[in-house]
Amino acid sequence: MNERARAGMWFVAPALALIAAFFVVPVVASLLLSFTDFDVYAVARPDRLRAVGLENYRRLLDDPRFWLAFRNTAYFVVVGGPVSIGVSLAAAMLLDARLARFRGFFRTVLFLPVVTTLVAVAVVWRYLYHPRLGLLNYVLGRFGVDPIDWLGDPAWAMPAIILLAVWKNFGFNMVVFLAGLQSIPARLYEAAHLDGAGPWQTFRAVTLPLLRPTLVFVTVITGIGYFQLFAEPYVMTQGGPAGATLSVVLLMYEEGFRWWNMGYGAAVAFVLFAVILAITLLQLTWQGRKLTRGSTMAEVARGDRR
Amino acid sequence: MRRTVAALAVNGALVAAAALTLMPLLWMLSASLMPAGEATAVPPRLLPSAPTLEHYRILFTRLDLGRALLNSAGLAAGVTLLALAINSLAGYAFAKLPFRGRAGLFSALLAVLVVPAQVAMLPLFLELKALGLVNTYAAVAVPGLASVFGIFLIRQYAHGIPDGVLDAARVDGAGEFRVFRSVAFRLLGPILVTLAVFTFMGVWNDFMWPLVVLADERRYTLPVALATLAGEHVQDVELMMAGAVVTVLPVLLLFVCLQRYYIAGVMAGGVKE
Amino acid sequence: MVERLVPEFERDNPGIRVRVQQLPWSAAHEKLLTAFVGQAMPDVFQAGNTWLPEFVALEALEPLDEWIARPGGVDAADEFPGILATNVVDGTTWGVPWYVDTRVLFYRTDLLAAAGHPRAPRTWDEWRAAMQAVKARGAGGYPVLLPLREWQPLVILGLQAGSDLLRDGGRFGDFRGAPFRRAFEFYVGLFRDGLAPGTGEASVANLYQDFASGFLAMTVTGPWNLGEFARRLPAAVAGLWATAPMPAPDGDAPGTSLAGGASLALFRGSPRKEEAWRLVEYLSAPAQQARFYELTGDLPARRSAWRAASLDREPRTQAFWTQLGAVRPTPPVPEWERIATLVTQHSEAAVRGLETTDAALAALDADVDQALAKRRWILDEASR
Repeated sequence: MNERARAGMWFVAPALALIAAFFVVPVVASLLLSFTDFDVYAVARPDRLRAVGLENYRRLLDDPRFWLAFRNTAYFVVVGGPVSIGVSLAAAMLLDARLARFRGFFRTVLFLPVVTTLVAVAVVWRYLYHPRLGLLNYVLGRFGVDPIDWLGDPAWAMPAIILLAVWKNFGFNMVVFLAGLQSIPARLYEAAHLDGAGPWQTFRAVTLPLLRPTLVFVTVITGIGYFQLFAEPYVMTQGGPAGATLSVVLLMYEEGFRWWNMGYGAAVAFVLFAVILAITLLQLTWQGRKLTRGSTMAEVARGDRR
Repeated sequence: MRRTVAALAVNGALVAAAALTLMPLLWMLSASLMPAGEATAVPPRLLPSAPTLEHYRILFTRLDLGRALLNSAGLAAGVTLLALAINSLAGYAFAKLPFRGRAGLFSALLAVLVVPAQVAMLPLFLELKALGLVNTYAAVAVPGLASVFGIFLIRQYAHGIPDGVLDAARVDGAGEFRVFRSVAFRLLGPILVTLAVFTFMGVWNDFMWPLVVLADERRYTLPVALATLAGEHVQDVELMMAGAVVTVLPVLLLFVCLQRYYIAGVMAGGVKE
Repeated sequence: MVERLVPEFERDNPGIRVRVQQLPWSAAHEKLLTAFVGQAMPDVFQAGNTWLPEFVALEALEPLDEWIARPGGVDAADEFPGILATNVVDGTTWGVPWYVDTRVLFYRTDLLAAAGHPRAPRTWDEWRAAMQAVKARGAGGYPVLLPLREWQPLVILGLQAGSDLLRDGGRFGDFRGAPFRRAFEFYVGLFRDGLAPGTGEASVANLYQDFASGFLAMTVTGPWNLGEFARRLPAAVAGLWATAPMPAPDGDAPGTSLAGGASLALFRGSPRKEEAWRLVEYLSAPAQQARFYELTGDLPARRSAWRAASLDREPRTQAFWTQLGAVRPTPPVPEWERIATLVTQHSEAAVRGLETTDAALAALDADVDQALAKRRWILDEASR
């Protein structure tokens, strides 16, 4: 037994050492950094570093740019999340339908965007979104819609980003929903059919309740992931136009890596963490469920994918 | 009759969804083969008038994208191999090698998952600077080596290995590492493939961290190189599309070949209690 | 492009090998900082002259006065005075001008002539009148392109109007002051009156197509577009465009423009400063300056190189020659890049009608003051 226990500790040691050294330590350091005014001057000379207590956080709360980033990110989560989940569920139900053919092929095709490199597809979509020369406006024009300046109009920029995010990610949740749908026993559907239930009623009475744990899972991980919005606005709009697509993580990147205000950037990161934690806990308690093995797998999978 | 209409509706919807999903990717491929200037023609073209590989040639000769491709491939492969070793050892131990505090340690690991990666980014950069590792391949690799997700997956799967098989090997006089190497590792095969695919894709597609930590363009990975090119060559649509194809194609092919394992991994993530 | 100049240098200097690393300009600033933090700085590097104060604050640069004073090397007297001045911070020289950059007016001669303006405008009033005349012809485009993402046009107008942009030795913003306000209102007015397109980056991709088709008639841009226009404009319009110095707010052209450009700097911690300096001397020699111009279209920093290549007389580069005699630098503070970004943010907000002029200028000053807070602390500490 002792030998096994010792082996066990040695086996987990490399992974734990790496996680401790390259994740836990930086996170703690981040907290400490957020209490200083570390910036470009401090990079050159340590005597130019000052401890400033909660000053960064106070400045954050007064900073209109932070609130802009927060509002934009919340917009993305609150609108993009449900749209993305809805599309995923619809796609999953289509694939699960008894009458569907070539399921494997369609599932592969619909999943493809998930594995593509975000930067590459952002570059592609940037051209698709061009107001005069892009394919999207051309197609819309055939339906009589006036050209929309997708990435140049502050009102349309975030919807453009949401559309891209939905296209890119819906396949992932679709597969998760598929797993959930396929675990619903067929006899329940037969029973509902015998009772004379129509499709909508079947959906509400059979599908939705049994899909609930999966829904919780999907909602939590989608929320967590969407709060971390960064690459799409970085590549497509650089936070513009007029800050309409500035996200919290993009703000953190700007402050920390462009202007080297690392103390302030760390404060932004921690506030983001606090918000994500709060909302996740809220969602989970509201759904009346404790952290189960299923839900935590979700967070893992989401974090890894991002 | 109703059934036929319904069947048409369902499959028609699937075809439409597939078409909409594929359209941007197909346009990307098509535009990459168009002669310069054609992709911005009005009205937009769907197919090239005279397909050309000119842009790919420029990418690999003048713009040296081949180096970024090698960087991405090398990093992804290297990290995947190391990550497999590190995470499978840990996952196996968490499942099969009880030691004091094991349960608590695992719960602590799960807590780590809640923290978004960006929180660690700034200080990690400073930490690597102190170690003299900024702008190295090691710096890019380090955050991806140990993964709580990977450990979780392996542990989940390892629970299914019958203790009898392990005990038989022990009775034969093998030490724990030998037991792992000759028995368990082989039995973990399928989940290892899943983890390998996840890890490879994750490293290949990673953008923000290599962007932050690399200053030498000879070390850029493909996403960073592509973003850099996109900043400079905003006018050259066809060239950018070719770059996007080069970035996306390897991972797409990997997925199509190994999709069974990848999707199994995703679904394992969705398993309820 | 620099790589083409290297073989000859290596031949003349056996024992020195040069490795060139290219960075796209948009990422160069961030990446140089990363390289500095990562202790991976090159021995010699090209820096935009507006970045020099920042690198001085980082103590990354080698002071160059003694190196320049060496006989037979870099000839300071041959540089444009306005440009050389941008390389001096706190009385010390930190960079050697490599190529110069300033902004002038590029315009379609035929479109302006057809609108009744055969000569390039020389004052703000003339400029505005020309724009309105072009617009009145109803071709359905915009008379002038002023990209919202670029800070240079608005800052140039501000400098022309007599603003120093910052006050108190670079401690506070002065954007609410009357001179800048005048420039700001002129600038925003152009957008509000439909004379300049109010879109962001999405349209920049078409500068060349739009200029060729007549959708745009004028723009304010730099020397790199001399080469780009020549390369990208179709033959039909190849002879129909020209350059002119910036119009002045009052009085006569040229109005002030930016003293921009790139400099060569030595890394303070380099173990190879002698060799690095030889490369700097080589690259700033008139012969190499002329060759670099031929390769890239970037304008030489050495005036003798201009004369040797007749650039001071050729019609399209002559505007730059004239303009370079009337340039002003941006404030030499390390925070300049940040301040420039703040200027674009608030001017964009005003252009889009999201902020009034007063609100935008007040907010800009508040943000700039915040950005300069650390600098004030350091200056106060130093003077104590």
